[in-house]
Amino acid sequence: MFVLIVGCGRVGSSVARAMLREGHQVSCLDEDPESHARLEVGLEKSWEDLGGQFTVGAGLETEALEAAGIEGADVFIASTDGDNTNIVISQIAQKRYEVPTVIARVLDPLRAEWYQRQGLNTVCPTRVAIDMLEGAVREAGGRGASPDDTPAAAQEAGK
Amino acid sequence: MYIIVVGAGKVGWNLARELLDKGHEVTLIESDRRRYLTVEQELEHNVSYGDASELWVLERAGIQRADMVIAVTGDDEDNMLICQVAKEKYLVDQIIARVNNPRNRRHFDLLGIKPSVSATDLILRLLEHEVPEYGLVHLLDLQEEQLEIIEMLLGKDSAVTGRRVGDLQMPEGSLLISVLREGKGFVPSADTVLEEGDEILAVLDPGKEEDLKVLFGPEGDGAGGSDES
Repeated sequence: MFVLIVGCGRVGSSVARAMLREGHQVSCLDEDPESHARLEVGLEKSWEDLGGQFTVGAGLETEALEAAGIEGADVFIASTDGDNTNIVISQIAQKRYEVPTVIARVLDPLRAEWYQRQGLNTVCPTRVAIDMLEGAVREAGGRGASPDDTPAAAQEAGK
Repeated sequence: MYIIVVGAGKVGWNLARELLDKGHEVTLIESDRRRYLTVEQELEHNVSYGDASELWVLERAGIQRADMVIAVTGDDEDNMLICQVAKEKYLVDQIIARVNNPRNRRHFDLLGIKPSVSATDLILRLLEHEVPEYGLVHLLDLQEEQLEIIEMLLGKDSAVTGRRVGDLQMPEGSLLISVLREGKGFVPSADTVLEEGDEILAVLDPGKEEDLKVLFGPEGDGAGGSDES
C-alpha cells in the first residue's frame, strides 16, 4: 500500500514510522523541513535509507501534493495541526484525486461528527479523550466511592 | 435580509457597516478578542466574538435563520469551510466567500463554494484592462451557463476596421453584443461599420477566444477571417 501522510507532527510521524515498519510505502508532506528529524527519532538508519519519502510543502498546494505522490496514493492521512486544513485537504484528496481511503484528524468533535456523516472518515482525538475521562470517572464511582468520600463530606468530617 | 459576515478585518467591518446602512440585519463574527473589542465600540450588538469555524458559534449567531453568509477572513480554509457548512448543513440560500490566494480558487470550486471573490484577481483584471489592443479582457465568466463575456480593443491594423458587422464571419458560438465608441456604447446592427479604437464586447462559448483573436486581430496575422476575394 502507498500511504501519504500530510502533517508530520507527533501523530503523523508515529503513524508514518509504524506503516513503514509494516512494509508499506510511505510518503510524508510537511511545511516545516525540521519535521524530517522527528521522523527519524528512534530509527537506526535515515528515513530515506529505509525507503521513506519526505517532501517539504503545504498541503493546500496541488504541486506539493503531487510531488508527494498523491496521484498514486491508496491511503491519505491529514494530520496537520489545523482542523480546517485537514478537512479541506482531505476533501481535495477525496474529490479531486479520488484516493480510495482518506482519513482526517479533526479535533473539534461537532465538526468531526458532521463531516463523518457527509462521508469523510474523521478521527477525533478530543472525542477519545472525553470518552476516556468520562469512563475513568464512572469507573472510580463504580469502585464504591461512598458519599463519605465527597469533598463536602470530607469538609464536614474535618470540622 | 439577515446576513452573517465572518471576519471583522477592513473588508468585513466596512461590509457590515454598509449592509446595516442599507437596512439589513447583520451579525459580524470576529475571533480575535482585541479586534472584536475595537469593532464592538462602533457596531455594538451587531458584532459577536468567536471562531466561526465552530458550529456552536454559528448557531449562536442564528445561522438557522440567516439568508446569507459572507466569509471574508484572511484565511482561505476558514472561508471555504464556513461557507460549506452554511450551505450544506444549515441550508443557507446564499453564500459568498473571499479568496485570499488566487491559487486556492480551484479548491473553492471543488467544494462548490460559489461565488468566490478574489481581490487579487480583480486587480489583475483591472491591470489587464489597461493594456488591451487585441488582448482579450475577460469581463465575466458565467460558469453555470457555460458562457463568457470578453472585451477587445480594435487597433488601426485590425483586419475588421472599416468593415460592416454583417460581413464578419463570427466564429460559431460567438456573438458581438456591443460596440463602445468615443465613450458611448451601442448595440451594432449588420450595417454598423467598425472603426479603429472601437471597443467591442462579445459573448462566447468557452474556448472560442482564439478564433475571435484571429478574426479581430491585425491583418495578415492569421487570415483575419476575411470573406473577401
